[in-house]
Formats: sequence, C-alpha cells, structure tokens
Amino acid sequence: MLSAIGVMVALALVIGLALGWSAIRFRVEGNPLAEKIDAILPQTQCGQCGFPGCKPYAEAIAKGEADINQCPPGGEDGVKKLAELLGVEPKPLDESHGAPKPRSVALIDEQTCIGCTLCIQACPVDAIVGAAKQMHTIVADECTGCELCLPPCPVDCIAMVPVAEDLPHWKWKHPVIPLKRVA
Amino acid sequence: MSRELFRFKGGVHPPDHKAESSGRPIHAAPLPRQLTIPLRQHIGNPAKPVVKVGDHVRKGQLIGEADGTISAAVHASSSGTVTAIEPRTLPHASGLPDLCIVIDTDGRDEWVARAPLDYRNLPPAELRMTLRDMGLAGLGGAVFPSAVKLDPGAQGACPTLIVNGGECEPWITCDDVLMRYRADDILRGVTVMRDLLGSTEILVGIEDNKPEAIAAMRAAAAKLDYAVEVVPVPAVYPGGGAKQMIETLTGKQVPTGRLSTDIGIQVFNVGTAYALARAVFHGEPMVSRLVTVTGHVLRPQNFEVLIGTPMRALIELAGDRDGVTGVLMGGPMMGVPMPLAAPAAERAPRAEDADVPVVKATNCILVQSRELFPPPPPVLPCIRCTRCADACPAELQPQDLYRFIKAGDFGRAQEYHLFDCIECGCCSYVCPSHIPLVDYYRYGKSEIWAREREKRAADLARERHEFRQFRLEREKQEKAEKLAAKAAAKRAELAAEAAAGTPPPAAADGDADAKKALIAAALARAQAKKTQAAPKNTDDLSLGQQREIEAIEARRAKIRELARKPLASEEDA
Amino acid sequence: MTAPSLHGRDSVTRIMAWVLGALVPGIAVYVWLFGPGILVTLALATVTAVAAEAAMLKMRGYPVRPFLSDLSAVVTAWLLALSLPALAPWWLIVTGTLFAIVVAKHLYGGLGQNIFNPAMVGYAVLIISFPVQMTHWPGPLELTQTALTLGQSAAIIFGGDVPRATLDAVTMATPLDTLRTGLLQQHTVDEIVRAPIFGHVGGTGFEWLAFAFWLGGLILWARRIIGWHVPMAFLLGVLLTAGCLHFYDTDRYGSALFHFFAPSVALAAFFIATDPVSGATTPRGKLVFGFGAGMLTIVIRTWGGFPDGVAFAILLMNICAPLIDQYTQPRVYGEAGRRRNT
Repeated sequence: MLSAIGVMVALALVIGLALGWSAIRFRVEGNPLAEKIDAILPQTQCGQCGFPGCKPYAEAIAKGEADINQCPPGGEDGVKKLAELLGVEPKPLDESHGAPKPRSVALIDEQTCIGCTLCIQACPVDAIVGAAKQMHTIVADECTGCELCLPPCPVDCIAMVPVAEDLPHWKWKHPVIPLKRVA
Repeated sequence: MSRELFRFKGGVHPPDHKAESSGRPIHAAPLPRQLTIPLRQHIGNPAKPVVKVGDHVRKGQLIGEADGTISAAVHASSSGTVTAIEPRTLPHASGLPDLCIVIDTDGRDEWVARAPLDYRNLPPAELRMTLRDMGLAGLGGAVFPSAVKLDPGAQGACPTLIVNGGECEPWITCDDVLMRYRADDILRGVTVMRDLLGSTEILVGIEDNKPEAIAAMRAAAAKLDYAVEVVPVPAVYPGGGAKQMIETLTGKQVPTGRLSTDIGIQVFNVGTAYALARAVFHGEPMVSRLVTVTGHVLRPQNFEVLIGTPMRALIELAGDRDGVTGVLMGGPMMGVPMPLAAPAAERAPRAEDADVPVVKATNCILVQSRELFPPPPPVLPCIRCTRCADACPAELQPQDLYRFIKAGDFGRAQEYHLFDCIECGCCSYVCPSHIPLVDYYRYGKSEIWAREREKRAADLARERHEFRQFRLEREKQEKAEKLAAKAAAKRAELAAEAAAGTPPPAAADGDADAKKALIAAALARAQAKKTQAAPKNTDDLSLGQQREIEAIEARRAKIRELARKPLASEEDA
Repeated sequence: MTAPSLHGRDSVTRIMAWVLGALVPGIAVYVWLFGPGILVTLALATVTAVAAEAAMLKMRGYPVRPFLSDLSAVVTAWLLALSLPALAPWWLIVTGTLFAIVVAKHLYGGLGQNIFNPAMVGYAVLIISFPVQMTHWPGPLELTQTALTLGQSAAIIFGGDVPRATLDAVTMATPLDTLRTGLLQQHTVDEIVRAPIFGHVGGTGFEWLAFAFWLGGLILWARRIIGWHVPMAFLLGVLLTAGCLHFYDTDRYGSALFHFFAPSVALAAFFIATDPVSGATTPRGKLVFGFGAGMLTIVIRTWGGFPDGVAFAILLMNICAPLIDQYTQPRVYGEAGRRRNT
C-alpha cells in the first residue's frame, strides 16, 4: 500500500517536473493562436468588428473577449473557418456589425475632390495617393474596400464601386444539378 | 520503318464523325464586312492596341503589340478602317466582354509590304522576337505563344521534335485536311522548327483514322533532305493531347509540373508548323486559320478563315438549319459553348446568335442539335465504380476529386493532383451516373486560384496596414520629439518675454481652428466651383477650349487607368 | 453542363441489369437442384426492396422514378435473398430487406453513400437476431428425394400449415454446417466428407450452384461490368488461407478446394465484394480489399461462431475501405516513383 502511494507520488513528481521544464523550454513567444486567426481574417482593416483593425480583433478572439461572428467582409465562410480553427460551433453573422457586401473598391470623383487629405489619413492600408490641395486617387489594387475613407470626406466625392468580373478573374461556377427537388 | 508505340493509360473511343467534314476541299471564307479582333487570343498577357479609332489599316498590319515574353501580337486580318476599340463578347465560356479592335473592311484586302525572313542568317533570339511580333501562337488548342516554345533553353538543343497531327477529338478535321492539301508547307515550317531547336529526331504522329493525311505527309517527307518519320498512332481519345502523343511515340511521361523540353521533347501542332512556314517564307503574320464548321449544318467543311470573322457568317456559309440547340467552339469533348446572343428560352437559337468572332484558338465550330447531341440523362449519385479512373489519361482518381470538390475540401483535391487534370472529359464521358465531372474540376481549379488571389490581396493589405501602423508610431514619436524641442525653445522665449512683460497668444487651440477654417474655405470654393462650372462652360465653346477640355479629360482618364490597372505580376499568375 | 457534350452509353441501370442478368444462371441451377422455393424468396425480397426504396426516396424528397429505375434496390434484394435459406419465413425476408434498404442504404444517404454493403448488413442483422431460422436450408433434391412445389414452398415461407415432417424432410444441414459440427465432435475432415452431402469438390449440388455463379461472374468480367481485381484477390485470399490451414493440419481444416467451390464464396467474389460503393477504389486497394475479405471469410468460417463468414468479412473490409484507398493512391501521370502516403 505504502509503496504504491510512494510510486505514484514519485511518478507525479517526475512527470510534473518534466512538464514544468518543457513549459519553460518550449515556450512560444507571442500568441500563435492570434496569428492563426489573423491569417483567416480578410485584412480589410475596416473596423466593423469594433476593433481598430484585423489584428486587434484576432487578439480579442484569441483571448475570448470577442465573438467569431463580427466580421462582415469575412462572411459566413470566414465564420466557418474560425469555428473550425477554434473547435467551436459556427454561428450566423452578427448583423449588428454590418452585412456582407460584394467586394468593392473606392473611387474618388476627381472633379469634386478638394485635396483635403482627410481620406488619406483615414485609409488603413495607405492606398490613396495625393497631397494637400492636389487631386487624390485610389490605388485600386491596394484598396480593401473598407469604406473608412467615406465618412471623413467633406465633399462626398468617394464612391464604392463593386469589383466587376473580368476575364482574368472569371470563375467557373459550381455545377447546378437538379438532383433533389427543392422543397 | 515500324516503330515501337506505347499505349498511354486510359482514354475512350467516342464515334469520330470525321467523314462529314473531311471530304470537301478547303474553301476560303469570303471577306466579312466587319472583323472583330480580340486582343486576348493567347495564353499570357493580352496584346496592347497600337492603332486608334479611325485609322486605316492594311491586311497583316500590327494592331496590337505583344506585351512581355509570354505574349503574341495581333494583326489586322484584312484592310479597312478601325471603327471601335472596345470590349466585345469573346468566344469564351464566360460570355464576358474583353477589349477588341473592330475593323470595317474595305473589300480590297490589301496586304502590307511583306518580305520573307532570312531565318538562317538571323540570330535565333531575334527571329523568335520577330515571330512573336508576327502573332505566332499554337493552333492546337492552348494557344501558347510559339516563340517561347521555339527556344531550346539552357540545354542548347531539343533532340526530339514531335509534330502533332493527332487531332483526336471527334468531328474536327481541320488538321486532317491541312495535312492532306498542304503537307509540303507544314514540313517547311517543321524545317524551321528543327533548325531553331537543333532537333535530330523528327516524328509526325497522326492517328490511323486519317490514312489520306498519313499518305500525303509521307509523300512530302520523302522529298526532304533529312529524315522525318510519319508515325500512324492508334486512334484513342485523347491521343492527340501533347503529353499523350509524347508517351505514345516515345514511352516517356512529362514529369509533373515540368515542361516537355526538360526531357528533350518539344511538340507542335501541324497548324502551327504551317503558320510558321507562312510567316518565315512569305512574311505573313497569323491572320487566318483553318476552321472546321460541322455538326448540324447542311455542308460540313473546312474553311480558311480570317481571324475576327463572325462565327455566324461561317455557319451561314456552311448552310444553317433549324433546330440548333447550341454552338461549340472546339470538339464535343473539350469544346466550350459559345455565348448565344438571345436567351434560348424565348425562341430557338439560330445561327445569327453566334455573334462572336473566330480567334486563333478556333479549330472547329460545332453546331449542335437535339438529334446529334441529345441532352444528358439525369445525374445520379456517384457509385464509385471507378470507370472514370480507368478512363483517366492523367491517371487520377476522378471519383475522389469529385467527392472532395463537392465537399469544398479544395486542399485535399489539390493533394490528389487536381491540377494534373487536363479536362479531357473522358471521365464524364464514361460516367454511368452522368455526373459532369469536368465542370466540378474546373470549378475547383478556379476556386483555388481565386482563393490564392484573395490570400495574396489579404497579405498585401496586412503588410501595408502594419507598415502604416509603424509609420504612424514613428511620426508620433518624431512629432513628440519636435514638440519637446519646440516647447523648450518656447519656454526659453517665454522666460525672455516675461522679462520684457508681453502676454503670450493662445496658440494651442487656434491651430486646430485654423485648419478647420481652411477646410471650410476649400469646401466653399468647391461648392462654388461645382455650381459655376457645370452650366457655364458647356455651351458654345470655341474649338480650342473644346480641345483643351478633351486633353484634360484624357489625362485624367489616363491617371485613373494607371491607378486601376492590376499589377503585371498578378496577371501572369 | 459545359463539357463534354458527348456521353457514353453506360448507365447505372445498365450495370445493375447486367448484374441481375448474371445471377440468372445461378438462380436457374438453384431452382433445378433445390426446388422452386428460392423464387418465392426472390420475389418477396424484390417487392419489399422496391417498395421500401420508393418510400424512402419519397420521404427524402428525391424524384422516385429515375432513382428507382437504377435497379440497385433489386440487386440488393436478390443478393440478400440468395444468401438466405430458401425456405426462410416471410417475416425474416422482409425484415432483412427492410433493414438493408432503409437503414444500411438510405439512412446513410442512399445510393453511393452507404459505407456498408446493404445486402450484407441485412444478412448480418438476421443471423445475429434469428440464428435458428437462418439454418433451415433445403437440402439438394438429389439427397432429400422430396420435391416441394412452388405452392408448398410459398406455404412454408408464409407460415402456412405445413406438417413438421415435411419441413424436416426437405431441410438439412449444409456442407459447411456439417463440417463445422463434425469438427466440433472431434471427427477428422476425412471422416466428415464421406457424408453424402459432400460431392466431388464441394457439397453435393452446392458445387453446381457455385459453378453457375462462377459463370455469371465471368460474364460480368467479360462485359467489363466488374474488374478482375476484387474477385481474383478474394478467391486468392480464400484459396491461400484455406490452403495454408489445410496444409498445416489436414484433419482439422477443410480442403481449400472445398471452400473455393462453395457457392457463397463464388457469390461473394463476383457479386458482393465487387459492390463499388462500399469497396476500395484504387487498383491496389481493390486487391487488398478482395484479399482481406477472402482471408477473413476463411478465418471466420474456421474460428468464428457463425456458419459462414462472408457477410462479416465483407462488412469488416467495408470499414477499412477508405483507409485502404488512402494508402494505395496510385501514381499519377508524370509523377516519379511512389507517391506520398499522408
């Protein structure tokens, strides 16, 4: 009896030490989970989730402070991926953070632009070029469609233009097969 | 003379339907009133237009120049006036428009000055550039710029040159009649290829269901001063695919993700060889090609067609009939349905609906009818019978790929070599459940590409956002440092002024206020400009003013264009 | 659908019809040697299966006609019926068929989704639940000398008033049962096979039935309805395993040829193990699947608690099929050497 207890205690000690040592030895710097979440997020940097950018939102999810369904640009697909990563049930998008929209890019109406630079300061990815009192232009390739430049514009010269499908970006559609009648 | 042939795995034997169109000699299609010449006719970067609306062009004149190495130029197919440079519907499954140059022909069909190339005395690199500028692209189906393929690469030579006269797709006969009637010209092109690639073994693979073509090519080969072996190969679809032809003739397989030149083999279609001969010995850029018009028409046959000719003109030429259900570009196995102008629901489609031009890739226009191409039976679930795997020439497991793609598991599909699929359609052809497998693979592939594009865009956004954060932080720090320095200076000044006895001005608040005032002023100016500018200057402008405005607009448009244009690197991918 | 616009003439219906057709010689020999009772069983199973299939399709919201006309339910019914004793009571047949179609097939998602062979699930359920009723095999007419008419067979199956003596007169232990019981009673194989139930290579009558199934199987192979991999590997698995055991101890283990020419083995090799839905799909995978099933059949026959091991062998291999596929992915065109195994 006593020897059995002794063996168990010794075992517990040895394993506990090994665990403790490996916790220090193999400690991973930073928060790998937040990075993984960040990789799933669409990097629109739009702040619709209530956090200033995708990274802070990812960190909040990792800490359990934010829900996974607050990212409208990521859409249901993004929620599903996050749920898969975190091992939780996917849930519908929280509409209070906005609804998913087709991907768009901002377009500045250069006739109206007064060159105030307010949009340049608002752009989270520096996709607007221009200088004070000079016409501004959006680099469409770098624009994430976050719409953060819309509110600061004093002359409302920025419009969101949905990205039209063109030949190099055209996708084959999922085959439609009337296998089962839709009830 | 007999050569050991190798049987590639898989393949199917659909009824070939070659006799319908192969019996008639080649006819030149009459000059159409209008030519629509797309700038994106080949793999790689689209050509850049070098003519303006209103320009008069001659046949063979360069109208779109090659953009980069993997590109090919586009030429006017006949003489006439450029009436539009605008997006028009392309012969593509998407039915999407893309930039085309529209030429109203003048009926004179005047050539530009042409001169044969002195190809033996030109440096190979220069010759390849010239061929690229003559718009040479593979006519077998993939339309890969030929100049790139004529580069023997680092090895300096490509020992085996295969001329592909397989033409395994049912219905199509344009290569067959080309070999029957123009064998000598094809082999003149082959001679150029041989010289450029330094090949020692030249094989012409022709499926054994084309005895006339084999005889014609053999007769032409006998006249040459070097050996060209014309090899009849068994008719198995897709035996005319480049990889399959290589395996049949040499027993070698092209390693995954590599080019055939890596194993010392290069393959060209007979049509490409012919076009090369026209380019080198006649100085003619690629302005026409042979097109089989067959299926549900009165007189199925092959036409020599100018690039840009409307397909409906050819269908009318071959005798259009009632009961058309669709038009395919290419054969029944790999052909793509052409966008028809009118929705099929309102009325039966007719020939005039095929309002898309013939391009370099158009080897066949196959008009479908309900009798020739009955609609497929209803789709049933996959029973995993593996008939598809037995038929797959890429030796894949189509049933697994189908399952993964249907489940949205694109990673697994890629792991199971989805990208080795050549979309030949053998799997769908044999499927007892009539599942459109190729459609699934195409969907899977484009979905994977789209996701990769999205991921690249997200990575770019992340990087830029992070840099911005860093920049803002740095600016804040610099500003703080500057402020501290300024404050120190101010304090010193204040101390001095206090000694003098004057009160300091309220500077801190005023700064923000001043900025606001500035913006408000600018706003007022903009408003004023808006109300003024619109009504005032549009009427009775002098010609000079009009010009000026146009120039300004053009500049603006150009800037917008520049800002919107995708990066070249992304288009390559 | 975009491509291809051309289709072969093959269809699921055609495949299933060929399978049914290839079973006809076997059924004919069955009737000739064992009396017409099997026809009643087949008919009952077919009606039950088709009705259950139609009901399930309707409930699941699928169009009934195109799916019913694929004949897969009939194939399941026939395979199950041929595995059951010919004079099994009607409720046994109905229960087995219902279980096969409703649970093993449709609750798993219908044709193409079932991970287990439905006929074999039906059989396994019956033999576990009603072991006694599953042993009323009619003996070969050559031995029983009592031929039942179709009406009498139907009467027995539907629980009509049949004198016990009649039933006893027509049923007898199968050769496999005889072998098993004999071995349990410490007889040697040599002694046991002297019983009249044993014929030239297999059981009296049973061997002819096996030949008829072989014939059907070879027709299927010649028509390219089934591949050679699974039957060949299955038969090889049976032959090698039984052969090794027999060689090890001739007295305690039946001869390989006796197992080889059992009708259940022929039926399994050509008709049951070749079910594509629940089997392996890669060429090497099919070999592994067939061999494993053949080996397990003998192992279960020899050491298991049930008279025949085919059903359990095939169900066990069904479980392994996805794993087998995963590890036997073939080399694709242009891929050097063996492929990865992750």
